[in-house]
Amino acid sequence: MSWADTLRTGLDAIRSHRLRSGLTMLGILIGIAAVILTVGLGIGAQRQVSAQVQALGTNLLIVSPGSSTGTGGVRGGFGSASTLTQADAVALGSRAAAPDVAAVAATSSTSAILQNGATNWTTSVVGTSPSWLSVRARKMTSGRFLSTSDDRSVAAVAVLGSSTATELFGPVDPVGQSITIDGKPFGVIGVLAATGSTGATNEDDQAIIPMSTAQQRVIGGSSRTSVQTIYVQAASSQVMSAAYQETESLLLALHGIDTAASADFTVTSQQSLVSAASSVDKTLTILLAGIAAISLLVGGIGVMNIMLVSVTERIREIGLRKALGARPRLIRRQFLVEASVLGLAGGVLGAAVGILGAHLLPAVISNPIAVSVPAVVGSIAVALAVGLGFGVYPAGRAARLAPIDALRSD
Amino acid sequence: MTTWLPEPVTEPLPALLPVIALAGVTKTYRGGSLEVHALRGITLQIEAGEYVAVMGPSGSGKSTLMNILGCLDVPSAGTYHLAGEDVSRMSEDQLAEVRNRRIGFVFQQFNLLPSLSAWRNVEIPLMYAGVPRHERRELALAALDRVGLADRAEHRPGELSGGQQQRVAVARALVGGPDLILADEPTGNLDSASSADVLGLLSELHGTGRTLVLITHEEEIAATAGRMIRMRDGYAGEPLETYR
Repeated sequence: MSWADTLRTGLDAIRSHRLRSGLTMLGILIGIAAVILTVGLGIGAQRQVSAQVQALGTNLLIVSPGSSTGTGGVRGGFGSASTLTQADAVALGSRAAAPDVAAVAATSSTSAILQNGATNWTTSVVGTSPSWLSVRARKMTSGRFLSTSDDRSVAAVAVLGSSTATELFGPVDPVGQSITIDGKPFGVIGVLAATGSTGATNEDDQAIIPMSTAQQRVIGGSSRTSVQTIYVQAASSQVMSAAYQETESLLLALHGIDTAASADFTVTSQQSLVSAASSVDKTLTILLAGIAAISLLVGGIGVMNIMLVSVTERIREIGLRKALGARPRLIRRQFLVEASVLGLAGGVLGAAVGILGAHLLPAVISNPIAVSVPAVVGSIAVALAVGLGFGVYPAGRAARLAPIDALRSD
Repeated sequence: MTTWLPEPVTEPLPALLPVIALAGVTKTYRGGSLEVHALRGITLQIEAGEYVAVMGPSGSGKSTLMNILGCLDVPSAGTYHLAGEDVSRMSEDQLAEVRNRRIGFVFQQFNLLPSLSAWRNVEIPLMYAGVPRHERRELALAALDRVGLADRAEHRPGELSGGQQQRVAVARALVGGPDLILADEPTGNLDSASSADVLGLLSELHGTGRTLVLITHEEEIAATAGRMIRMRDGYAGEPLETYR
């Protein structure tokens, strides 16, 4: 008996029990679709996070004010202190002190009301230096970015993010127009190119002004000399760790702190941000994939159950086939083929549903789902293996039936 | 209805060699502590071209004899030569091959697969014999033609009458050109018209030189055979008179 005959016989049996075969496949189908969707969600989330972090710039170290130790020994949490200053940023920019640092941009931001005539828009106003543009890897669509003379002269000039420009000016080019920031007049000198940012902080909705202007005219108060974040760009990806060391030791020295453990600032690299975020995603993916695997296992048990029922129900058929000359091996093969076909068909349909879901679901849940080809191919293979694996026992039982016992049963 | 019956596909056996030769065959079933002696020592020979009826009441051991003759079961003791081959100690695989090559079964329940058309049912023995698909179709259609059902080849069993279903089963029994056709109560599920129809077909097969063993509990049906073997309490004996 050829394999084609075995396959045809198996397909006939599946076709003659359509509803039951369909329900059996459904178990596998759901399992496979779940695996593809969860793996896709995990990969999608990781890609999104790493894209967001990469969008900050290249080879970046981010220095944030960290835990502060007060005079009484009271320690505040991350970001509680205003320990970073413009002087720190200037020191880090010195070639002699930090040779592996290519550029530094300190930022200080506050929320403010921007007005263009009758139109107003509340957004974050960021004071920074001219190096910000290259450090953050941003581009201009029109006008120019801040210059050193703007900073020196405490110029009342602003560069708008693309969303901010649209909110205030609509389709009109804002360059050369004037706006007010918290009631103080500013001239718009340029517009930033859009990043397509979708993160928690919208990189396209902000106004950039010179640091000196921000400190003296917009922010004010006790925090006027401090900066919120210092972006340090390493000269290349190879010297990231050297730049990290230099940044940390220089700041420790400047702040008069002996040990890194009691530092009043935190240095984070882009890489550590990516890995922190993706380790969370990975845990979630493993958890979801585990649930999906369990549903696949349940699907497999479904196949076994149905095949066992099928063996019992078709006991006469098995006896007849044996009487007509089928060897036990051929009976086993026929049932294994049936189980594998159920598994494979469930797998292929499940993959189709998974891929369809990966295209349709993001519109509803706003998370990107990446279709991973290895996951699709792998899960179809797993479905086939599940069918085959859970078919072994029922097929063995069918093969062992004695022809007389099988023929006798009514 | 007259039916054209061609020669058997396989070579006829040498005239002197009996198709069936049983010597001291016993069969004992053990059900827990209870021993059932279904066959208590059967010795008989059936020559090529004979039409033999095995008759007996239920419990006489005729079903057990049928299972052993059909190589569906092996004797507890004694030897069974089928067409010269000793089948009493064969493995399951060898028995499957012997059943496929040497024996054609006709059952009381027809035992057709309901999801397959008539010719797909008839081709099953050929499939297990490894005959290529296109040849199988031709042979199956020829066998259906022989039983007068050429025009029903694509019908499923559910679309055929009981008599027609049993004719399909007869076509399946003879398609491989077996040495022996074994019919177990072939008319047990049929009305009298269909019974006569099927018995007529079997007689015709016998007329073309087939060896037939018919198992029945009905005297009238056994009377259509050339020779009768009576079974009682696990023993077999020739009857006092032979019907012709």
